[in-house]
Amino acid sequence: MNGPHDLGGQMGFGPVAPEKDEPYFHAEWEKRALGITLSCGAFGAWTIDESRHARENIPPADYLSASYYEIWTRALEVLLERHGFATRGEIDAGVKQMEPATPKRILKADMVPAVLARGGPCDRPVETEPLFRPGEKVRTKNFNPQTHTRLPRYARAKTGIVEAVQGSYVFPDDNAHGNGENPQWVYTVVFDAGEIWGEGADPTLTISVDAWESYLERL
Amino acid sequence: MSADHHHHHHDHHHDNRYSDMQARVRALETVLTEKGLIDPAAIDVIVETYETKVGPRNGAHVVAKAWSDPQFAEWLKEDATAAIASLGYAGRQGEHMRAVFNTPETHNLVVCTLCSCYPWAVLGLPPVWYKAPAYRSRAVIDPRGVLTEFGLTLPDDKKIRVWDSTAELRYLVIPERPDGTENMSEEELAKLVSRDAMIGTAIAGVPA
Repeated sequence: MNGPHDLGGQMGFGPVAPEKDEPYFHAEWEKRALGITLSCGAFGAWTIDESRHARENIPPADYLSASYYEIWTRALEVLLERHGFATRGEIDAGVKQMEPATPKRILKADMVPAVLARGGPCDRPVETEPLFRPGEKVRTKNFNPQTHTRLPRYARAKTGIVEAVQGSYVFPDDNAHGNGENPQWVYTVVFDAGEIWGEGADPTLTISVDAWESYLERL
Repeated sequence: MSADHHHHHHDHHHDNRYSDMQARVRALETVLTEKGLIDPAAIDVIVETYETKVGPRNGAHVVAKAWSDPQFAEWLKEDATAAIASLGYAGRQGEHMRAVFNTPETHNLVVCTLCSCYPWAVLGLPPVWYKAPAYRSRAVIDPRGVLTEFGLTLPDDKKIRVWDSTAELRYLVIPERPDGTENMSEEELAKLVSRDAMIGTAIAGVPA
């Protein structure tokens, strides 16, 4: 979707504000928000792709004014309600009003090290050979789906060079919507800044995206 | 209330649930705990992990090892996930790693324009600026301008390569080894490598 999250090339946000000796958290609630989000991810009820899409669906004005842990929290609440774990009313009141759905797993303290150490690998084998080879010129597709995609707007309908075949991975555009993992080959595709930004682009700049095979067309 | 007024009010609706995040998140934790869905002690362990165990020191170790050991550097180029795992760093948001090496000709910079993808296993939690719109919007169109905001001015003829982390590959920049460090140990070298140098918004420090 062309949501507020797709920020590449937008303007008006001002300078980057690096903070010297930045702490890992700026408030106690951020620690809890991180831990709650990861704990709820362990339910196994939704994928990382569905959670990213929930974040993208936050209304633009809210998304752009929220801190990232607020974005996570807002999206988590949507996922909890969608999957039957907690309603808005329950969260507003901070009180249980209904029995929740049954998660596949509840993350207990002693499980945390192993769960974090395992992570969530999303490489999957595919039967086919890669369609494109390193060095090949490709064009990204032009599309504007209302659903989840990982091809940023700035990199659509652009010509670039395949630099590497990176393996085959779960396809987020399907997986975010419960339509299966449908793995595809992923390629690093490099573009000259001039192809992306046109007139006035930095001639020394190249930009790459990691693109699933179905984002690409042979020229 | 007139229909007009109501409509106006609706258009400018602001969701007050999030005006006090401390209270909002406390309510969320309370209700999920009451339902038996989360374990507050697990949250404590997660927080402690990222405050004390998983952070940029991990990445600095990888870089220092790559500077000191050409065979490790080659392994890192060919299979970063395995090379990094050999030092004990793996797992969440480090499942599929790629190491990108700065050279005299090219400087690498990593961003996630679409969200906040970041190599947690080697750098820990991302800083606020990495997740904020200013960096995510400008890193791909004006990286030189962004770098000057970090106090880094690159020569005009230095090429810049920006890696937008749009898939599940996570990028670690291997900065150039500073001059005058030939006799330094891995431990000493690691101290020259900042978090920002491994994102690409800085270069490695010079020895004191």
